[in-house]
Amino acid sequence: MSTVPQEARAAQTGRPMDRADARAKVTGAARYAAEYAPPGTVHAVLVGAEIACGEVTGVDAREALRSDGVLAVLSHLNLPPLAAEPHLLPSLAGASASGQSFFPMRDARVHYAGQPVAMVVADTLERAGHAASLLRIGYRGEPHTTTLEEGRERAYEPDRIFAGFLPGRMGRGDVEAGLAEADVVVDAVHRMSANHHNPIETAAATAYWEDGRLTVHDSTQGPTATRLTVAELLGVPPSQVRVVATAVGGSFGAKAMIWAHPTLAAMAARHVRAPVKLTVTREQMFTACGHREEQEQRITLGARRDGTLTAIRHHKLSPTSPFDDWAEPSLEMPARMYACPNHEGVYRLFRANTMTPAFMRAPGEASGMFALETAMDELASELGVDPLDLRLRNHCDTDPTTGLPWSSKGLRECYEHGAQMFGWRGRDPVPGTRTDGHWLVGTGMASAVYPVYQAMNPQRARVRLHADGRAVAETACAEFGTGVGAVMRQVAAAALGIDAEQVEARYGDTDLPTTVAAVGSAGSGAISSAVHTAATALREQMVERAVADPDSPLHGADPARVEVAGGRMFLRDGGGESYTDLLRRHMMFDAEALGSWDPPGPDAGFAAATFGAQFAEVGVDPDLGLVRVRRMLGVFAPGRVLNAKTARSQLMGGMLWGLGHALLEATRMDPDSGRWANASMGEYLLPVNADAPEVRVEFAEVEDRMVNPLGVKGVGEVGVVGAAAAIANAVHHATGRRFRNLPITVEAVLGGR
Amino acid sequence: MHPFAYTRVSDVATAVEEVASDPGSEFLAGGTTEVDMLRIGVARPRRVVDINALPISRIEEGPNGGVRLGGLARMSDVAAHPVVRERYPVLSRALEMGASPQLRNMATIGGNLMQRVRCAYFRDGGAACNKRVPGSGCAAIGGVNRGHAVLGTSEQCIAAHPSDAAVALTALDAVVRLRGPDGERSVPVDDFFLLPGDTPEREHPVGHGELITAVDVPPVPAARTSVYLKVRDRESYEFALASAAVVLRVEDGMVAEARIGLGGVATKPWRAHGAEGALVGSPAEGASYELAAVREMRGAVPRSMNAFKIGLAERTVVRALRMAAERQGGAR
Repeated sequence: MSTVPQEARAAQTGRPMDRADARAKVTGAARYAAEYAPPGTVHAVLVGAEIACGEVTGVDAREALRSDGVLAVLSHLNLPPLAAEPHLLPSLAGASASGQSFFPMRDARVHYAGQPVAMVVADTLERAGHAASLLRIGYRGEPHTTTLEEGRERAYEPDRIFAGFLPGRMGRGDVEAGLAEADVVVDAVHRMSANHHNPIETAAATAYWEDGRLTVHDSTQGPTATRLTVAELLGVPPSQVRVVATAVGGSFGAKAMIWAHPTLAAMAARHVRAPVKLTVTREQMFTACGHREEQEQRITLGARRDGTLTAIRHHKLSPTSPFDDWAEPSLEMPARMYACPNHEGVYRLFRANTMTPAFMRAPGEASGMFALETAMDELASELGVDPLDLRLRNHCDTDPTTGLPWSSKGLRECYEHGAQMFGWRGRDPVPGTRTDGHWLVGTGMASAVYPVYQAMNPQRARVRLHADGRAVAETACAEFGTGVGAVMRQVAAAALGIDAEQVEARYGDTDLPTTVAAVGSAGSGAISSAVHTAATALREQMVERAVADPDSPLHGADPARVEVAGGRMFLRDGGGESYTDLLRRHMMFDAEALGSWDPPGPDAGFAAATFGAQFAEVGVDPDLGLVRVRRMLGVFAPGRVLNAKTARSQLMGGMLWGLGHALLEATRMDPDSGRWANASMGEYLLPVNADAPEVRVEFAEVEDRMVNPLGVKGVGEVGVVGAAAAIANAVHHATGRRFRNLPITVEAVLGGR
Repeated sequence: MHPFAYTRVSDVATAVEEVASDPGSEFLAGGTTEVDMLRIGVARPRRVVDINALPISRIEEGPNGGVRLGGLARMSDVAAHPVVRERYPVLSRALEMGASPQLRNMATIGGNLMQRVRCAYFRDGGAACNKRVPGSGCAAIGGVNRGHAVLGTSEQCIAAHPSDAAVALTALDAVVRLRGPDGERSVPVDDFFLLPGDTPEREHPVGHGELITAVDVPPVPAARTSVYLKVRDRESYEFALASAAVVLRVEDGMVAEARIGLGGVATKPWRAHGAEGALVGSPAEGASYELAAVREMRGAVPRSMNAFKIGLAERTVVRALRMAAERQGGAR
């Protein structure tokens, strides 16, 4: 096989490159799902249940139907039946991927506040909204459960969680024996508020039917998942459903699963025989796209005097919906973080009046590693050991759950580089002793880890080379702020031996080669592998053509000796020619290749995760209850970095998510009504620019030859993991007080006065 | 959204006439609250009368060192005005710590005084709220009331007044100038906001069709070293958990003049007369500040989630008093 010289490849992959969609998104030229308006488009609005539990006793639509412009009112009384039952399945599986095993408006039952109970379709958005306000919906309310305190007594241990993918209980060794041999035991309960994703673009779908074919413009992480889900629920062959998602305004997991609205838009479009646009409002986003569940984690660590862990017991309690056994997998990665022979992880759930929770950036790892890494900090304090040394002492060279080798790790390097850059060594461990004016100052650190997930089916891409020297790389994947468009350009360029500026990326359309939803930090691995495979095949095709062509300077050469760079195929010790010359001579305006990559299966014989180390410095004003982060440093080992700029941005964004998780983000339940009480961007507090400290992101280079062709482990989520713990540990170092509940609020800080 | 008509007017007399003559009409200024209220169905006017073209947006120096803020002066313009910055840093600061730059570019001073509360139950049409539907109850008292008031509350309403600027204006003894169908009148800011009592739906002593034409800020020489301290969870774009507007004059180590406004903790922009009375004539030092702050908060009524605000308000006042004293060079 031909090659692209190392320096030519390195000039493309890895370098910082602007996002492919950057200009279009900042200038407003990008078109989002709700910005398509085929001729005759009408508008649907959803009406959410006002009660959290009970029944709809009646839907009086008379006044609404008399209102100007109204075309239809759909409710459980007249919504057409579904062709299939929705079943929860992570979109990473590459199949139909409903976010919950429930579809609204099929009967009168109300399971959670905000559950859609009616849909109004009118000629304008304003008229649809007004008519919705004229609906008279009767309810018969029943007692509801929405908080941990209400549901705790009814908790059960599920057989499996996470849509059946994970067992409800895990373990190794003998935790009781491990605790018995411990010199020191830390036993702590951590409570974490519910969180919502709040992407800037709310969920939306525009749907229209043409000759039995359905087109949906959807705001999604997985156009393919939308296609398969909508097709299944409506009983339409998937081949007859096209999903377009060329611009998506953020997601963070909110759009990782396929919720009811694209299907409802398609049903409404069929019902009124016109294109229908359905936009989920900001307030509805709090009951439409899942969330990170409120949870309590109790963690017990046993260790010998020298810091060696002897036992980890980790239990979680959280609410789930009436129809699914969902818990974000908080216990898996903490179980695999340290070399501890005895571990027990148990999920407990209770049925609550909530929709099924969902993936939210580092789903499980963010919360589980908060518990583990604050407990490790407590253990370090108890033992009088430096927190970083404690982690080094328990470093695991193989996956402690399976004994399998890690495909690559790099964690020691992350610790070492981080400690050096942050100035960790020589830190005075005594808490509450450093001041700066009104501020108490402290530092903290934590480990970060996120698994490498693999898609479960082949990942495909197409690369086309034009005779003008330009190329196009295509996959169905969505670009929702990750930088995948730029990465496609870079990867295709590196494999073709051309410049990335010469490559256009096309994505976000099921008419393009199929890729899985970009979820679980698996997008860059899956898509880069597919594009790399396609571009490599295309290069090979061109070289084969050249060496077979008597008119080519490369005629008769061994393809393995042909190198390609700058769009030119050449022999190191002889002549060559450009792709362009070859194509023109052969009367070819273009050439293309499809690449298909089969991800390694679960029995591939290695364990894989991205590791990192987080460091934070905080100031605490104990009089006013304020915690302000002064600087953050994260060092990560994500394998090959395909684009230094977008990878850094992803990790930095993740770390700021960790800041929000630590200090601000909480969706607050009103227990009386069973409704979220702060469902707005004004009252659900995300960090703003003014909260962002100096955030430094560094990489520890590791080569991974196992996970995929380019050794890409993903950066979308690991930046969140451990960030909240590093901050909470820094707050402890500043104040001498341990905060185990998130977010760490003003009143919590004041509570110690 | 409820259907409504829209009219644009260009002079004050017409604006007042259009609204005064029609109970279903409301003024629309910057719209940063009003449009929200329209969208969520809490405001249901028959018609909005857009007053943005009225010639009442100027910021003028008044006689004797005061300043007149036109009712339609934008928050960002008032905050940036050199005279306001120099004479009333407490007001500049309060304005700049409110909302977001985009909102401040639209929102007006008159509208700021008229803004509605942020109470989630007021904004949620499905919840009990005496302010929105008199007699329906108050879901906040037993609900999520972390952000709610501890001063000036009643059993009918505990919503905190959200304005920062009005807190500063209260401390400065500003006067609201109104134009109505019966002519002009002036109302001191402290009287312009009503306690909820048994009528939380009534927030201002303003008749239908009365328009805020200006806010007069009197000369307050001591305000040149004034302070606005705002405590909140995040650094920007959030309403206060507690805030203090402080004007302090220290002579020979004693407090000669003190004006204190409290925000985030009361149902109206709160003039802390009790604290002021305790301070004047006392040594300008921490013990006096603490005594004054505690005295002011003595009547506070905590609810399930906001008891922390009492101590927080006390310490916010103390910190702001210290800052104001330091600004005068009398660092105590």
